[in-house]
Amino acid sequence: MALGKDFIRGLWEENPTFRIMIGLCPTLAVTTSAINGLSMGLATSFVLVCSSALISLVKRLIPDKVRIPSYIIIIATFVTIVDLYMHAYLPGLHQVLGLFIPLIVVNCIVLGRAEAFASKKPVLASALDGLGMGLGFTWALTLLGLIREIFGAGSAFGFQFLKEGTTTLGIMSLPPGAFITLGILLAVMNMIAARQKAS
Amino acid sequence: MNLFVILLSALLVNNFVLVRFLGICPFLGVSKQVESALGMGLATTFVMVVASAVTWLIQWFILEPFGLPFLQNMAFILVIASMVQLVEMFLHKTSPGLYQAMGIFLPLITTNCAILGLAIMAVQGAYSFIESVVFGLGGGLGFTLALILLAGIREELKFADIPKPLQGAGIAFIIAGLLSLAFSGFAGLVS
Repeated sequence: MALGKDFIRGLWEENPTFRIMIGLCPTLAVTTSAINGLSMGLATSFVLVCSSALISLVKRLIPDKVRIPSYIIIIATFVTIVDLYMHAYLPGLHQVLGLFIPLIVVNCIVLGRAEAFASKKPVLASALDGLGMGLGFTWALTLLGLIREIFGAGSAFGFQFLKEGTTTLGIMSLPPGAFITLGILLAVMNMIAARQKAS
Repeated sequence: MNLFVILLSALLVNNFVLVRFLGICPFLGVSKQVESALGMGLATTFVMVVASAVTWLIQWFILEPFGLPFLQNMAFILVIASMVQLVEMFLHKTSPGLYQAMGIFLPLITTNCAILGLAIMAVQGAYSFIESVVFGLGGGLGFTLALILLAGIREELKFADIPKPLQGAGIAFIIAGLLSLAFSGFAGLVS
């Protein structure tokens, strides 16, 4: 039961994007389409689960004073694995996500969970916590990507539902669209949370 | 001339924050007052200039000759982290006043993805040493500019009547969107 709680927490209550608002750079940068958001979310989830589990496993071996650099090295290792794997097997996607794959290293979600959770809790709980946070991040990115794709390109998950040549809101695919969509989504999530609290 | 183009491009056309989405966390976190925004911006600029120089040396004198480019992520992030530490110690010794004013922002520069992003982009663009440093300077100044612009607007917002769910980050993002729209007017300035 307690393990289930560790998993659920990241999905809504402590959702990294909408509730805690960390890891926002990739959130804005790669969500030009739902597929891109989903892939970025899954790549980050992989790094989160592996690094949380490994850090939890070796937490007793790491001296307290050098723990942050040690965590960063562990995280960087998994990020390099994802980077090289995507480069080899998914070159198209690697091209699109580009710079933001190596930048998972400095995504505050990963280091944040390592410091706040994995450095204190057992392995299984840490991995589940990482998975929950990762999936919470993934659905947020997918939603943002989906909204921007629908308005910006008239398609959803690559499926074109508007006729070729229909005028779309091109701005939604551009940087300003990312900022404005996220601002409005945050407001919506705040309203939902406030209503939950009231009832 | 070429150096000027790189500087202008990093500063305005491809502004790190508003166009490339790098360094969003400090952009939101430290943009409540113009003064702290300026301090954070300048500290970040300094680290960016030093980081672009050091990572350039590491990439072309250590990683490339020994066939280790796959260690790039790890090497760069370690260098950046230790450099931030160095800057912190240096400021602590030489100007305690400034150090006090910076407070928590200084160590946080490590996890500013604009710095790692800058180092990686400079390598991908195969910039020369001088070009890398100018690129770092332009990126840092662009970051500072965006931070101060947002902080100035947010200071005025204190007196505005904003709907409750939009308060805080929500409205900040919408303002950033409008700023980004304004900056897109620079597109085409440098091809």
